[in-house]
Amino acid sequence: MATVSLNGIKKTFGKTDVIHGIDVEIEDGEFIVIVGPSGCGKSTLLRMVAGLETVTEGEIRIAGARVNDREPMDRDIAMVFQNYALYPHMSVFDNMAYGLKIAGTPKAEIAERVNEAATLLQLSDYLHRRPRELSGGQRQRVAMGRAIVRKPSVFLFDEPLSNLDAKLRVQMRLEIKQLQRRLGVTSLYVTHDQVEAMTLADRMIVMNGGRADQIGAPLEVYANPQTEFVAGFIGSPPMNFLPSDIEADAPDGARTLGVRPEHLRIASSGTPATVVYSEALGAETLVHVSLPQGGQATVRQDATMPLPAEGTAVHLEWNATDRFFFDADGRRN
Amino acid sequence: MEKRVTFKGIWLPLLLVLPQLVITAVFFFYPAGQAVYQSLFIPDPFGLSMQWVGLGNFEYLLGNAYYRASFVTTAIFSIAVTVVSMGVALYLAVLADRLIKGSGVYRTLLIWPYAVAPAVAGVLWLFMFNTRVGVITWYLGVLGYDWNHVLNGEEAMGLVVVASAWGRISYNFLFFLAGLQAIPRSVIEAAAIDGARFWTRFRTIVWPLLSPTTFFLLVVNIVYAFFETFGVIHTITGGGPQQATTILVYKVFSDGFVSQDLGSSAAQSVILLVIVGALTILQFKYIERRVHY
Repeated sequence: MATVSLNGIKKTFGKTDVIHGIDVEIEDGEFIVIVGPSGCGKSTLLRMVAGLETVTEGEIRIAGARVNDREPMDRDIAMVFQNYALYPHMSVFDNMAYGLKIAGTPKAEIAERVNEAATLLQLSDYLHRRPRELSGGQRQRVAMGRAIVRKPSVFLFDEPLSNLDAKLRVQMRLEIKQLQRRLGVTSLYVTHDQVEAMTLADRMIVMNGGRADQIGAPLEVYANPQTEFVAGFIGSPPMNFLPSDIEADAPDGARTLGVRPEHLRIASSGTPATVVYSEALGAETLVHVSLPQGGQATVRQDATMPLPAEGTAVHLEWNATDRFFFDADGRRN
Repeated sequence: MEKRVTFKGIWLPLLLVLPQLVITAVFFFYPAGQAVYQSLFIPDPFGLSMQWVGLGNFEYLLGNAYYRASFVTTAIFSIAVTVVSMGVALYLAVLADRLIKGSGVYRTLLIWPYAVAPAVAGVLWLFMFNTRVGVITWYLGVLGYDWNHVLNGEEAMGLVVVASAWGRISYNFLFFLAGLQAIPRSVIEAAAIDGARFWTRFRTIVWPLLSPTTFFLLVVNIVYAFFETFGVIHTITGGGPQQATTILVYKVFSDGFVSQDLGSSAAQSVILLVIVGALTILQFKYIERRVHY
């Protein structure tokens, strides 16, 4: 259990700046999700916390102590990798016991701790199997177990669910969250999946091109995105961006108007548009419309609403309180 | 999906495999058959007549102290060559694996010795260790060590081992490096986070995962030391002094072509044939269950 603080973290590979200065204070027991598109530097940031990448500039503190120059093993962390990184030549038991054996933990205690973790992760029947004899979900659990048994201060997750199929991903997501709640270990979780970020995070760091665009609780970020990038990245289907001059009362400097699909309504008056295609998803329907000014928008409506036919001319309306204006540089107006 | 070409007749496919079959027959089956046949006879020195002796040549060999000594020499020589060439290659491969910049140049330079023919390599080492003008001999002399592999059997053995292992390091290096690079980086990183420092990681993760490569190289290197080191030994020591470096394959040559005892030489070839066969079976058996994890 520990706090983690990142102060002005920068990373350059040769002449390429990858991370341009990240500051965040993570509280004890907090679940932080670092989310962003591929290439935004999120994995690099996590690997710097793990000690697998050097820190070019800035300071990383775990439990108050500066760890920049410490080896990974001296940081009291555990990491779950995207490809699980299990030791292929060892049994599940040995995989989980590896760290403890190296630490010189007595045999009886190793067995106890591994069995405890195995019970928690429903792996008790598989302890003698090799990783290749396990399914993807089970391998994922072994990787988790390996992290748990060492009782580290910080868990680091590097896209741990991206190799699983969609259904298993949802299930494991829930399990990870419950496990983290139960153990109360400070966690950093990297993902490109905004749904994972929304559901898992106490707070999330939305990264874009090596910068933290916004740090905050998921619903706060959703309700109040600070940049056009965050507004477009968080939320599915993404926020609609329209030219701001659609609105007569657009503030000075605003270039883009953002409205979330659920805040758009098809109405009898308002901005004219043409229905391109409707996707009925069961509980809800996504109506894609094109605007005469150019560009497309998505309206998310209840399945009980009438389904407009393709090519129908419609009108869109929204509430003034649901609008977001962004400047030319992508920031909130 | 594998796409196979199918032929209608028998003649075209036969024609296509014929070169391979002919080469195998002419350069393998015929000489091997000749060796087996000749091992049962003792020819006269002029090759005009042959006398049937059955397994007499083998009986004589197995009772011969020189031949048994040659077995021991071969064992020492091949174990030493294998250990030296694989050990050095593994060390260099581990270093190269950690190298980020300039690894291409480093690798290329390390591969060069493989291109040097064994006989040429032998001559190179012979010059360096020449008892009168060798540069290394001279430096050893400065250090107060009197190097003379022409008289000292142990020094001769050391020299042929080094010369044979040297050219082999490149080959082993390539395989070890490929083996090391096939180990997922994240597995090594996971071990580092689990608390394993370099040597522990090497012992518990890298070495076990490298074992298929190691075993393959072990067999290949032993076969090499048995058979392909002839050129090195012939140029450096000629089997001497006092047969100290006469390995089995060299004895085949010296008994057969120098001493003109063709029957015994053929019998020795047959024994070697059996040894290679055994090694090959071992290797194939291993390849079938290649990956041990």
